[in-house]
Amino acid sequence: MEAPTWKNPVIGWIDRRLPIFTMMQHDLVDYPTPKNLNYWWNFGSLAGIILVIMIATGVVLAMHYTPHVDYAFESVERIMRDVNYGWLLRYLHMNGASMFFIVVYIHMFRGLYYGSYKAPREVLWILGVFILLAMMATAFMGYVLPWGQMSFWGATVITNLFSAIPLVGEYIVTWLWGGFSVDNATLNRFFSLHYLMPFVIFALVFLHLVALHTSKSNNPLGIDVKGPQDTIPFTPYYTIKDMFGLGVFMIVYLGFVFFSPNFYGEPDNYIKANPMVTPAHIVPEWYFLPYYAILRAITFDIWFVPAKLLGVTAMFGSIIVLLFLPWLDRSPVRSARFRPIYKQFFWVFLANCFVLGYVGSKPAEGVWIPIGQAATAYYFAHFLIILPLLSFLERPKPLPASISAAVTPAGVGIPARSAAE
Amino acid sequence: MAEMVSTSPPPRDEGETRRDFLLIATGAVAAVGTGLAIWPFVDSMNPAADTLALASTGVNLSPVQVGQRITVVWRGKPVFIDHRPPAEIKSAEDVDLAVLVDPQPDSQRVEKPEWLIVVGVCTHLGCIPLGQKTGEPRGDYGGWFCPCHGSHYDTSGRIRKGPAPKNLMVPPYEFTDATTIKIG
Repeated sequence: MEAPTWKNPVIGWIDRRLPIFTMMQHDLVDYPTPKNLNYWWNFGSLAGIILVIMIATGVVLAMHYTPHVDYAFESVERIMRDVNYGWLLRYLHMNGASMFFIVVYIHMFRGLYYGSYKAPREVLWILGVFILLAMMATAFMGYVLPWGQMSFWGATVITNLFSAIPLVGEYIVTWLWGGFSVDNATLNRFFSLHYLMPFVIFALVFLHLVALHTSKSNNPLGIDVKGPQDTIPFTPYYTIKDMFGLGVFMIVYLGFVFFSPNFYGEPDNYIKANPMVTPAHIVPEWYFLPYYAILRAITFDIWFVPAKLLGVTAMFGSIIVLLFLPWLDRSPVRSARFRPIYKQFFWVFLANCFVLGYVGSKPAEGVWIPIGQAATAYYFAHFLIILPLLSFLERPKPLPASISAAVTPAGVGIPARSAAE
Repeated sequence: MAEMVSTSPPPRDEGETRRDFLLIATGAVAAVGTGLAIWPFVDSMNPAADTLALASTGVNLSPVQVGQRITVVWRGKPVFIDHRPPAEIKSAEDVDLAVLVDPQPDSQRVEKPEWLIVVGVCTHLGCIPLGQKTGEPRGDYGGWFCPCHGSHYDTSGRIRKGPAPKNLMVPPYEFTDATTIKIG
């Protein structure tokens, strides 16, 4: 890495002692980016921006929120009615959580489609799975804070998952609660952890970026960068593309905030938590619905293992299996563009995730039980059977010689570039 | 490295360009947009509507005897109400304005001479002066004495001695009837 020279003597003085400006120059300006990235590559930076929005709105909301069972619900209503722009900050935070998951899920499916998890990006992918897990924990605890009916009963159901652990389950649940039911102690620790976790996510995102800038960005062709003719500097080309994508995203996000702020919410959560009455139909937030469907799909014991433990294991397993994805899919070809059979299974898998989400939103009865079971079986079969088999059975299409050769008409750009250098 | 710093950029062959205009216009829009986006965050830290709704306090003065001092809470701060006896009123009115740190005649500080109403927060650094309760020191001028840094206030709540720069503040108030006031 050759250090750039700074014209401004103050920046130069600081940079020789703490090279933050050199780092920014390398990672935000010069970073050689494949020149063929499409709009699906916008979602990583979008997710980062939403994280910042969530932290900014969350810090201000915490100034007005009271983590006590007697005041939590009222303090949220006070934010909505009395605090200046409190309604805006809360709706930004509420809908920001949904937007965060939409953007991150698109980001993940982008990675699945273009094989971004494959060597040398395994650690990059695994860090992403950890970020997803941290996001899920943060979102769950954040949803408890308004202390509405769904907050309370969601917290009760999710913490009870841990009671499925053999022998020590009950003790773990009591420890999580700090009592014998979800109560003030639970609310207080959830608030503390909900404030902590975003900074853990921030650190993970930083590592995710270090790993990205070490192994460099994948691209829609999934082939390696062969030389400078295949890349363009991040700034201005992708900064401006990311800014344009941000503008489009903000229209959607603020559209929900201003015109349908409770679209993703549950009306029951505007009823204050009542430990004596469970709502008739408990559903988690939409971004948890597929996992919820997997949890409920296991209705039968296997040998001596009870259904409850199996369901919980399957639900956590549905995320854990992602950690092993780089070794389950052995095909050396990354992009689905050159994998005709994998490409079809990718779309089936995506559709199956939507089926799981839909089943998760339905009551656990009638036809929804076998559909949920079939979709759960398919989810795991995709990773544990289909991908390993495809690695050997599929015949990929021939790969282009280079990014440049594939996306630039013959000869264009290469002489001009070498002349410039 | 040092010689590279000294190289100057190539001279521009023309003045303002279309690109300069676009850069400045984009920067201006971004700056205005950022300001607008930050405002709700800043304004949310201002007093909320329910806080502002508590901004006035009603007090019934009829049980307060001559010579008695009471403290009421207004906007989270103590307000001193002094039912001044004639001697205190006279000493407050007879002061030569030239000797005052913050000159103000007593008549400007009261609605009715027998009722002195001031915010009980020392204008030095915000402590609460003593003198409200029987037996507490009232300072050299018979008003209030701030124990933090030794400011003495007179029977009109004016600063007479010590580090405080201003007289005790008179809150906005009005008599809603002969014996009731509304502060704020």
